[in-house]
Amino acid sequence: MATGNARNAVALAVALLALALFPFVAGKFGIDLVTKIMIYAIFALSLELLVGQTGLVCFGQAAFFGIGAYVVVLMSPQYEAVSIFWLAPLAVLFAALYALFVGALSLRTRGIYFIMVTLAFAQMAYYVFHDTPLGRGTDGIYLYVKPAAELFGVALVNLDKPVSFYYVVLGAAALTFAFLAVLLRSRFGRALAGIKANEQRMRAAGFSTYAYKLAAFTLSGAIAGFAGALFAVKDGFVNPELLAWHLSGSVLVMIILGGLGRLSGAVIGAFAYALLQEFFQSSAIFGVFSKHWLLGLGLTIIAMVALLPEGLAGLPAEWQRRMARKSARTERAGV
Amino acid sequence: MPASDVLMRGERLTRRWGGLTAVDEVSLALERGSVHAVIGTNGAGKSTLINLLSGEIPPSSGRVELKGQDVTGWTQPARARAGLGRSYQRTTIFPQFTVFENCRLAAQARRQRPWAWWERADRCAMATDSARRAAGKAGLAAESDRPAGLLSHGGKRQLEIAMCLASDPEVLLLDEPLAGMGAEETDRMLDLLAELREGHAILLVEHDMDAVFRIADRITVMVNGAVIASDVPGAVRANAEVQAAYLGGHQ
Repeated sequence: MATGNARNAVALAVALLALALFPFVAGKFGIDLVTKIMIYAIFALSLELLVGQTGLVCFGQAAFFGIGAYVVVLMSPQYEAVSIFWLAPLAVLFAALYALFVGALSLRTRGIYFIMVTLAFAQMAYYVFHDTPLGRGTDGIYLYVKPAAELFGVALVNLDKPVSFYYVVLGAAALTFAFLAVLLRSRFGRALAGIKANEQRMRAAGFSTYAYKLAAFTLSGAIAGFAGALFAVKDGFVNPELLAWHLSGSVLVMIILGGLGRLSGAVIGAFAYALLQEFFQSSAIFGVFSKHWLLGLGLTIIAMVALLPEGLAGLPAEWQRRMARKSARTERAGV
Repeated sequence: MPASDVLMRGERLTRRWGGLTAVDEVSLALERGSVHAVIGTNGAGKSTLINLLSGEIPPSSGRVELKGQDVTGWTQPARARAGLGRSYQRTTIFPQFTVFENCRLAAQARRQRPWAWWERADRCAMATDSARRAAGKAGLAAESDRPAGLLSHGGKRQLEIAMCLASDPEVLLLDEPLAGMGAEETDRMLDLLAELREGHAILLVEHDMDAVFRIADRITVMVNGAVIASDVPGAVRANAEVQAAYLGGHQ
């Protein structure tokens, strides 16, 4: 156990260092891509809290992401920069409020019904931005002036500069990861694990599980909204597709691919999914076939999920078990 | 016995499922220091009665009292926090967690502090102490670090009792704790129940008649949801109606 923890800590430190050094070797395209992936990683972490840690399969996570993104754009005046320290909390607040509303109603259902109800509420939000003057339709809205990152009149970083923004997102992702890692060890986190393992026993012990699940759902929506706010600042553009069920599905695939039950799985899954997508979309590799990138991506994901039941993050553990079995076999053969 | 020693009381509890009356006007009292057994054939309404007392199912009519308070409208978690523990007919534990973590999480229910996200759950001395004590009492001290799912069947039943004890209840509702246990495990469980009788009020639903007559201070017999007898073991054994309806060839 202790060695496993030490190994995890080393892996985390290496990953963080690699990401911190990445802009020194990467070009504009690489920085932009990894910034996007790290935002998706925060988004995937928000869903991992629900699906992997609490056992609640939410199929409407994009709604909170999209609301966070839209709040940033809609609350920014057209010709002047607003502080990100005002916009981001606002985005988080609105996403959390919608999650509180959706959670309060959907958590009265279970299993497949929960999946469907969360999807229905996400589609509802999608159509609000798609079909009402608020969201200005399918064309979306541009963010003409990027928010300013200043505290008490002192500019901290220029969010318009891709490299600076890269580090802001890296910091945000690392903080989100650290926050959730600490949270999962707390009483609250252990209670969520208990609810996932056996909700009936938790209620018999004296935990009001509905309140716990609602708190987890709201927190998850808040984090998704935070990711959405970063996404809006990065692209300077939002459209209703940010709330669409495709994105809810993609982020589910990310955490499954990476491995449910581990925070690192969400991050690894976000990287794997986005890099696979880039790979199959590349016309340099696949020529005209790159138009059909979804086919290649889909088949690869199916194969990976079938071969790796614990996901990519479970590979080291799986490898260790195999080695142990192998050495046990050779020992028996030797005797 | 003074009236204050009645820790839990069900008054004329009734539960109907459509046309079927699963529990029919059942009244019973659970006293501190006493094991109250409820026996009856399959489908007599024993588990439903436990569910009405624990708050998992609302009664169609009647009331439930816990330590002198009317808790009929309370949820199960609220009743549990007020001092009610229960075990299930089908083992209900956290199979992936260690035996210790099963008990620790149950103990955590007494000091939940869900907002304290920065505090490590396993640093709470209250919960870790109660968990260790409960595991020891149930005879699982040596198995603390094993995943609960790997315990023997009897071990899992013991763990379920340990988890009840970890949240420090005064009333225990035990639904067939001896089901599927071997003779040796049964003896150990009965010793544990005898020990727990001190300080707890215990409701025991059980099919093993030898065990029931060995440990119960009072026996209530249910047939088709209704109580046909409720008395000390000797009187119940001698009751002609009970013999006809249930005990049959026993004795």
